[in-house]
Amino acid sequence: MSIQADPVAVDPAVVAPSEVQLTRRGRRARLGIFRNTKALVGVVILSFFIVVAIIGPWIAPYDPSKVTPESMLPPSAAHWLGTTGTGQDILSQLIVGTQGVMVVGLVAGILATIISVIVGVISGFIGGTGDEVLSLISNIFLVIPALPLIIIIAGLLPSAGGMTIALVIALTGWAWGARVLRAQTLSLRKRDFVEAARANGEPLWRIVFFEIMPNLTAIIASGFIGTVIFAILSEVTLAFIGVTSISTWNWGTVLFWAQSSQALVQGAWWWFVPAGLCIAAVGTSLTLINFGIDEFVNPRLRNTAASAGILRKKKIRARIGFTPVYRGEKKEGVA
Amino acid sequence: MTLASPTIRPVASASERTPVLQIRNLSVDYGYDDNAVHALQNVSLTLHAGEVLGLAGESGSGKSTLAYAATRLLPPPGVITGGEVLFTSSRDGHGGDLLRMSDAQLRAQRWRDTAIVFQGAMNSLNPVYTIGKQLIDGITAHSPRGQKEAAKRRAMELLDMVGIPKDRLSSYPHQLSGGMRQRVMIAMALALEPEVVIMDEPTTALDVVMQRQIVEQIMSLKNELGFSVIFITHDVSLLLELADRIAIMYGGNIVEDASAREVYREPRHPYTAGLLHSFPPLHGPRRELRGIPGSPPDLMHLPTGCNFHPRCPFAFDACTTIDPVLGPTRFEAEEPHRSVACLLHDPAAAPGPVPVELGVRPPGVSPLS
Amino acid sequence: MKFLLRRVGFYLFTAWAAITLNFFIPRMLPGDPVQSLINKYQGRLSTDAINSLRVLFGLNTHTSLWQDYLSYWGNLFHGDFGISFTYFPTPVADVIAQSLPWTLMLVGISTIVGFVLGTLAGVGLGWRRGTWMDGLLPVANFFSAIPYFWLGLIAIAIFGVAIPLFPASGGYDGGLEPSFSWDFIGSALYHAALPALTIVISSVAGWILSMRNMMVTVSSEDYVTVAQAKGLPERRVMFGYAARNAVLPSISGFALSLGFIVGGTLVTEMVFSYPGIGYVLFQAIGSKDYPLMQGVFLIITLSVLVANMAADFVYAFLDPRTRQEG
Ligand SMILES: Nc1ncnc2c1ncn2[C@@H]1O[C@H](COP(=O)(O)OP(=O)(O)OP(=O)(O)O)[C@@H](O)[C@H]1O
Ligand code: SF4
Ligand SMILES: [Mg+2]
Repeated sequence: MSIQADPVAVDPAVVAPSEVQLTRRGRRARLGIFRNTKALVGVVILSFFIVVAIIGPWIAPYDPSKVTPESMLPPSAAHWLGTTGTGQDILSQLIVGTQGVMVVGLVAGILATIISVIVGVISGFIGGTGDEVLSLISNIFLVIPALPLIIIIAGLLPSAGGMTIALVIALTGWAWGARVLRAQTLSLRKRDFVEAARANGEPLWRIVFFEIMPNLTAIIASGFIGTVIFAILSEVTLAFIGVTSISTWNWGTVLFWAQSSQALVQGAWWWFVPAGLCIAAVGTSLTLINFGIDEFVNPRLRNTAASAGILRKKKIRARIGFTPVYRGEKKEGVA
Repeated sequence: MTLASPTIRPVASASERTPVLQIRNLSVDYGYDDNAVHALQNVSLTLHAGEVLGLAGESGSGKSTLAYAATRLLPPPGVITGGEVLFTSSRDGHGGDLLRMSDAQLRAQRWRDTAIVFQGAMNSLNPVYTIGKQLIDGITAHSPRGQKEAAKRRAMELLDMVGIPKDRLSSYPHQLSGGMRQRVMIAMALALEPEVVIMDEPTTALDVVMQRQIVEQIMSLKNELGFSVIFITHDVSLLLELADRIAIMYGGNIVEDASAREVYREPRHPYTAGLLHSFPPLHGPRRELRGIPGSPPDLMHLPTGCNFHPRCPFAFDACTTIDPVLGPTRFEAEEPHRSVACLLHDPAAAPGPVPVELGVRPPGVSPLS
Repeated sequence: MKFLLRRVGFYLFTAWAAITLNFFIPRMLPGDPVQSLINKYQGRLSTDAINSLRVLFGLNTHTSLWQDYLSYWGNLFHGDFGISFTYFPTPVADVIAQSLPWTLMLVGISTIVGFVLGTLAGVGLGWRRGTWMDGLLPVANFFSAIPYFWLGLIAIAIFGVAIPLFPASGGYDGGLEPSFSWDFIGSALYHAALPALTIVISSVAGWILSMRNMMVTVSSEDYVTVAQAKGLPERRVMFGYAARNAVLPSISGFALSLGFIVGGTLVTEMVFSYPGIGYVLFQAIGSKDYPLMQGVFLIITLSVLVANMAADFVYAFLDPRTRQEG
């Protein structure tokens, strides 16, 4: 890996992907992402939450906001995850709240990805002063702490609904993706096929859309997923500290009410544990998918990851500098 | 690939040619499952004391794989699936099978007995350490504690030996030119005066002038220090000049193993003969550059029988079914020290006499009928 | 040196950008927040405070934007961030000065501890990949996806309420006066234990994962194989060659994720009612204390920039290639 002099330009994910097309086994690996167990587990978990987000309002057993006298009930057959201090059904709050989390994550992710692709690809492609200005802007956005910025913007807004929050998150969270994309575009630009296209006088937009973009898909995808994680965590955090509107349900709102109603002190674990687990589950599923992409993109990570099972079975320890000798199964030569 | 023959045959004059590194039936896979690429299949090769053994072949024929497997430096997903690699010191007789050594034994053996110069030395030096530090830590790892000063002196000596100013000891790799880095790698390999030095294309990344300088330097160091060399390259003309013996690889096998002169003047394997046509001769009239039609074999889907048969101008029926093993030529009586893996040289399988192109006789020997 | 100068220049520029952003944000937002504040704090806001609010929100019609901007800078250079409503009439600067040390101690130390621990563990995991240790990865993965504040809640529920080993809130024993006495320091450490643990656990997983991947990537560099070929002791290869180089991108990653981590740790402070910047921010949000919010944002941003700069210096120290001129 070539580490460049500018630490801001150093990123493993940036350097490694250039090997994708170069590996001798690239052909076989291309299908790998679908065979990757990590990614598969991630997709399954995520699909579950997406389905809940869509059908949530119909399957929720109770109205999540309905105040009843049955307060602070531990989990039971009637209330699988118990009730809040005001007798609301927690399971229903989580189910209904899934939508808010997912929509904000998705919208923020899409917006931020669009910004990062535009800034990153243009910056990497045009080079020169334009590139420097764009890089400077994305680097500024990278180092300015996003969450406090989101907090003050959201705090200053008269009312911060889901879409506003998504917008603010997207405006503060695009820089990482842009940086990674810029570096990759920069390296693609120097490749033979792009040089050839330029020499042939192909129009710029054709080169960008047909020569460069296809090679950025994996990075764009992983940037998108990273932003979705960031957006979901930010949104839940904002709801938890009460910056955003507390009238719509999401998992952060549940935790906000749990915290402000002293659920901790009262030992009402059912109030704050499940929401956190949901966040962690969605977060994990997204990271798993991202690891799948990483392994797909970076052959060095993939090699043993794919064959871990066989290695264990055959008791081979693959490592650098001490090639394993495995004589099992094999018919040894006459010698 | 199931048949293997005892290829370690008595050599011409065993008394003067003591083997230092004997690779026997070495098999290597890339990958651990059934889709594994069989990159080496029962490869045998012997390096003798003081000898320069050239290893040549097309890109992808397995030269590097052989070098790294023999030193157990092959990175994942490489795995050695059989064979042995015997090192026997020509100085005090110590040694053993590298494939059966423990980590600790291997560490102690490395660099002291066998050293290696990697293909593409550009990345062989750690960019964050000075070259001095990298020379010295190899030396101190093999010497008693508290020898730092001696190690430093040795490092300076080494740089001097490869023609780099001593004060470069405190330079970082990025401050050196490609040629200098390559020299540093060579100096590093020679640090402990190993008996065997494996050089994997030590000059490919350099310009022609630099190549020449470095090769000449290696040869003079070799004469001075008396180590044995396995020199890997696909530049056969270079090997003809500097190697004592040349082994030709094709598709994960060694197909011919003979002295440099013999390989050049009297190739016995159709592939060797083709290879010689693919580069201009050094001296004498330029021969026609024919090259070898077809492309190197896909190791994932090796042809049955002889790996070379799809491209071989001499292929006959048996070639598609029988896998030739490295064995004596048809002229064994006169050239017992060389071997070839081709059915034309197997009296039991060959349809007739060896074709004239592959049966060139040394001057003074009458052509075989 | 040129490298570092360039970086310093970049941070100065970023600081300028952040401060300017801070100036413009309230001006770009809709509505007249000042009037609603005046109503909310009926009678408690002095004319001075109302005036400074008007300046803050750009509602001061007598002056141009440019004049506002200049006087904003002037105030900043005098350390004047306005008056906090929450802690009325304490100046924002004083509120921040009181809370910043707490945050620097808690967040600074536990973030660095988390980074060091995670990096070390990542080195081990990356080096021994393909062994049982790979089984730890899903666990790390799960932990890296947990929000800081939720882990804080769980920590309080377990170690503060169920098994009351540690105090669940505050920065020190209420009966003590802040001073440099052993009593006070002991009490401060005792109170910091749980939030620190939370921050370390939540951040460590991410470092483990990224360092592991870097180790795996760097391990296949030629120079690592050369180090093995030289017969160097295993530890030397692992730390001196693989980890030594793998940590470089990790450090720039550290610098870049600081902004994010700091955000998470601030919320942790809120959960633990820890008397640091994060808690102050929480209070400011609750009472719509804009001057305080902005002051806090500025101070956080500047601290992150300083930390970034420190990381750059470490990087330059560790990577000779950045030190060369050009
Ligand atoms: N990691 C790998 N996975 C699968 N196959 C591999 C891997 N590395 C090498 N191979 C295969 O092993 C064969 C031998 O490769 P090797 O690097 O030894 O060739 P070489 O003779 O040194 O070529 P060159 O002259 O280009 O250096 C090649 O056909 C290659 O496709
Ligand atoms: S065995 Fe047959 S195919 Fe192979 S090299 Fe000899 S003649 Fe050609
Ligand atoms: Mg090679």
